[in-house]
Amino acid sequence: MAYQTIVEDNIDILVVGAGLGGTGAAWEARFWGQDKKIVIAEKANIDRSGAVAQGLYAINCYMGTRWGENNPEDHVRYARIDLMGLVREDLLFDMARHVDSTVHQFEEWGLPIMKDPKTGHYMREGRWQIMIHGESYKPIVAEAAKKSADKVFNRICVTHLLMDESRPNRVAGAVGFNVRTGNYHVFKSKTVICGAGGASNIFKPRSTGEGAGRTWYAPWSSASAYGLMINAGAKMTQMENRIVLARFKDGYGPVGAYFLHLKTYTQNALGEEYESKWFPALQVPSASTSARATTTSSSRRPWCAARAAPPTSSSRARRAKGRAAPGTRPGHPRPHTGS
Amino acid sequence: MPTFVYMTRCDGCGHCVDICPSDIMHIDPTYRRAYNIEPNMCWECYSCVKACPQHAIDVRGYADFAPLGHSVRVDRDERKGTIAWRIKFRDGTEKNFLSPITTKPWGTAIPKLAEVPAPSEEIRNSQLLYNEPKWIRMDEGGLRTLKDAGLTLKQGVYY
Repeated sequence: MAYQTIVEDNIDILVVGAGLGGTGAAWEARFWGQDKKIVIAEKANIDRSGAVAQGLYAINCYMGTRWGENNPEDHVRYARIDLMGLVREDLLFDMARHVDSTVHQFEEWGLPIMKDPKTGHYMREGRWQIMIHGESYKPIVAEAAKKSADKVFNRICVTHLLMDESRPNRVAGAVGFNVRTGNYHVFKSKTVICGAGGASNIFKPRSTGEGAGRTWYAPWSSASAYGLMINAGAKMTQMENRIVLARFKDGYGPVGAYFLHLKTYTQNALGEEYESKWFPALQVPSASTSARATTTSSSRRPWCAARAAPPTSSSRARRAKGRAAPGTRPGHPRPHTGS
Repeated sequence: MPTFVYMTRCDGCGHCVDICPSDIMHIDPTYRRAYNIEPNMCWECYSCVKACPQHAIDVRGYADFAPLGHSVRVDRDERKGTIAWRIKFRDGTEKNFLSPITTKPWGTAIPKLAEVPAPSEEIRNSQLLYNEPKWIRMDEGGLRTLKDAGLTLKQGVYY
């Protein structure tokens, strides 16, 4: 069988992977470079690809700064505590301060967002989540990307980034293949935005038969984001936290749904309830406490006051009470039950 | 819960092949009907089920532990901007759901950014993204900065 080599040259911005991140990158890139040649290479069909292919019923991160609900620094604190301090605070802050305008943009594009009939605010499921009718989340952002890109190559799996011949340590394009035809695709580009996916199915589950390997996350995430970048010489950071979202029987939520709805807890290999053990230490912010206190208006955001209080406060006690299993002391080693 | 195809309803049009993110909906070369070539790699994302004009694709439970005999039917209509679900349980219970998929006429609400006014030099040198600070929708103030939050955050990887 004769495979073709197809070269796409003179690209200014190549977007590898058109999930929610890649589509957004193409859209934003078009504004800043209106006369640039923007090309998208996507492994599946851009209309339904990536982790939001099937839609999503919530936007998991919305500050609500305009209603005084949260500020970006509140989100940095939350993420730092959630991930045991192993976070890039600067990146978190930057993402958090831009996320609201992104969500407002989605609403402008027609994404149905549920609203509280009394206040007119977006309806919340948790402190950070808002509820949406998100069946067409991906087709909507795909439309934005298709209107922004000069060309969209569907069914191209990018396998390697190309390095610049003359300038060291600079990426000059990418190569990949069409998963249907096997044709070899070469993209020569001044800039490459890697929006590829993470890795699913790294760990073998205990379940067998058809239930084996059922992760909440998309099975087509083939670790391109890591493979492409590592091969190009990128330094990998932020890899200490891995999220392994097993699904539980008869449900379609990740195990995080257990925490949310069934008030369960997690423990480490030593049987410690590590979240409550380390919570007080993590509450101490990296920046000066006084500076944060002045920016957090407790009257507008009552939970901020509760969270900032020492761990013996009522909110902490309530949390602990809800989590402790009957007949066990908090922090008491429990037999490892698996997860 | 992988997909399967009712072969009497499928006419081999290939919409499911076109849309499947996992690339596992293929056309059988002999029967000219679609089938799921690798149920283990099916995410049950319903992309093919929604795309099928003949409603020939359904999703089943895992053969080894989920009871069979239910059905989940879906009708997605971009023109009406709705998605309708009909869920039939094994005992005959039926549930119907109707949800919006968009609040605007489909395909009209998103502008072409190549045609909007170009960003000024001032905006280019700012920290703002497209349509910010307008779309942050703050009545007072614009984009939050570390300075006006009175914060210093740790930069980069510090641990």
